[in-house]
Amino acid sequence: MKPIPFEYYAPSSVAEALDTIAELGYSGKILAGGQSLIPSMNFRVARPGALVDLNNIPELAYIRPNGDGSVAIGTMTRDSKVEHDAEIKRRFPLIAEVMTYIAHPQIRNRGTFGGAIAHADPAAQLPAISLLMNADLKLLKKGGERWVQAEDFFLGPFMTVLEPDEMLAEVVLKPLPARTGSSYKQVSRQRGGYAQVAVASAATLDEAGRCKQVRMVLISVGDTPILSKEVSRILVGQKPGQEAFEAVAEAVAKGEIDPGTDVHATADYRRHLTRVLVVRSLTEAFQRAAL
Amino acid sequence: MTKLYTIKVKVNGTEYERSVEPRLLLSDFIRHDLGLSGTHVGCEHGLCGACTVLFDGEPMRSCLIFAVQANGHEVQTVESLGTPEHMHPLQEAFSEKHALQCGFCTPGFLMTLVPFLEKHPDPTEEEIREAIDGNLCRCTGYQNMIGAVQLAAKKMAARQEV
Repeated sequence: MKPIPFEYYAPSSVAEALDTIAELGYSGKILAGGQSLIPSMNFRVARPGALVDLNNIPELAYIRPNGDGSVAIGTMTRDSKVEHDAEIKRRFPLIAEVMTYIAHPQIRNRGTFGGAIAHADPAAQLPAISLLMNADLKLLKKGGERWVQAEDFFLGPFMTVLEPDEMLAEVVLKPLPARTGSSYKQVSRQRGGYAQVAVASAATLDEAGRCKQVRMVLISVGDTPILSKEVSRILVGQKPGQEAFEAVAEAVAKGEIDPGTDVHATADYRRHLTRVLVVRSLTEAFQRAAL
Repeated sequence: MTKLYTIKVKVNGTEYERSVEPRLLLSDFIRHDLGLSGTHVGCEHGLCGACTVLFDGEPMRSCLIFAVQANGHEVQTVESLGTPEHMHPLQEAFSEKHALQCGFCTPGFLMTLVPFLEKHPDPTEEEIREAIDGNLCRCTGYQNMIGAVQLAAKKMAARQEV
C-alpha cells in the first residue's frame, strides 16, 4: 500500500522547523529517519496530515563528547554513526553493542538515535537504553527549551511527554561511575527482529565487591520500557551472585511486568524469558563491573 | 491533488528533474518515473531488503524514503553495477556460484554487498551473514551467496593486483 496524501515541509534550520510544528499543531508529524514512521504510513496505520522533515537540518546531527564524561547526541544522528563512533565505544560500550540489534544495517544507515527515542516503541532498544542510563533529553519548542530525564519521558506505547509543538533535539548520555558493567540480552525470532523480551542492566560495585548501585530495564513486557525497582531493593549492599539474581528474576516476573500475548509469544513464555534473561544480564553486568 | 514538488536527483550518474507528489516512495519513483525496474519492491515496510539502493553511497531501503527527500542527493541502483557483457565481479560470482534462483531478491543483495565488499575486502563468513541480515531470499540461497561473496572478494583483489 501507499501513504495517504499529506503536506510536506522541509525546513532547513531548527528555528524554521519549530515555527512549522507550532503552526501545524496536532496535524503535523516530525519525520526523522522514517524507518518506523514510513512503514506505518505505507500501511496507512499512521495518517499524518503533514510531515515536517528534519533531514535537511545538518545542525541536528552530531556526536559531541563533553569534558564531564557525558556525550551529547544530536537527534538526527544516524544509528550507524553512533554504532561505529570510537568515543561512544570507549565511554559507553553497551550502546555500541546494542546498536547492532536494531533492525538491519540498511535501516541503521537511515534511522536516527533521537527519532527512535521519540517514537517510544515499547519493544525497541533505544528508548530502553535511554531509560537505563536515565539520559537527559532536550526538548525544544518555538521560544522555549526544557530538559526531561528519560525516567519522566515515556507515558505509554508510542506516547511521550512531547507536546505537538515540541521536538526532541538532543540526547545527553551521562558518564557511568567507575566499576560499572553493563549488559544487554535479547531473544527475538531472527537477527534484527523485534525483541520478544530483552533485558538491559548496568551494575556498579563498591571497593569491597558489593553492589553499590544497579539499574535494569525490561523491554517488550509492558506499555513502556520498564525500569525495575526490585533489582536495587534486592541487590544494593549485597555480594552479587546467582541466588540473588534468581531472587530478582522471580520478583520482577511476578510483580513488575505485564507482558502481552501475540502470535510470536504468549504472556507466560515472555514471563519465562524475562526470568532467564534477568539472570543472564545481571551475571554479565556484574562480571564486567569486576573487570 | 496535493502540491507537486520539483526535485533534482542524480541516479546512476545521470541528473534527473521531475515533479513528484510528497507521498511518492523513492522505490516507486525509481521504477515508474525513471523506468529503472531493476530495483524490486517486496514488503514496503523495511523487512525484505529487495528495494535496497545506495543513497549517497550507503545502502538504504528505497521504500522507506520519499522521493521528495532525494532532492539534491545521489542514488545508485543495480543498473549501475554492470552490463550483461561486463558484469560487476559480484554479479559474475553470483552467477558462477548459483547464488540466485528466481532473482527477485538479488538486486537488494547486490546493492547491500557492493559497499560491504569495499569496506571489507576479505570478509569472514560471520561478517557476510551480518551484512545480509536485512535481506530475505525465499529460494533460501544464502549458503551459495556466502560462497559468491567470498569468490567476489578474490576476484576484486586479483583485479586490483593487475
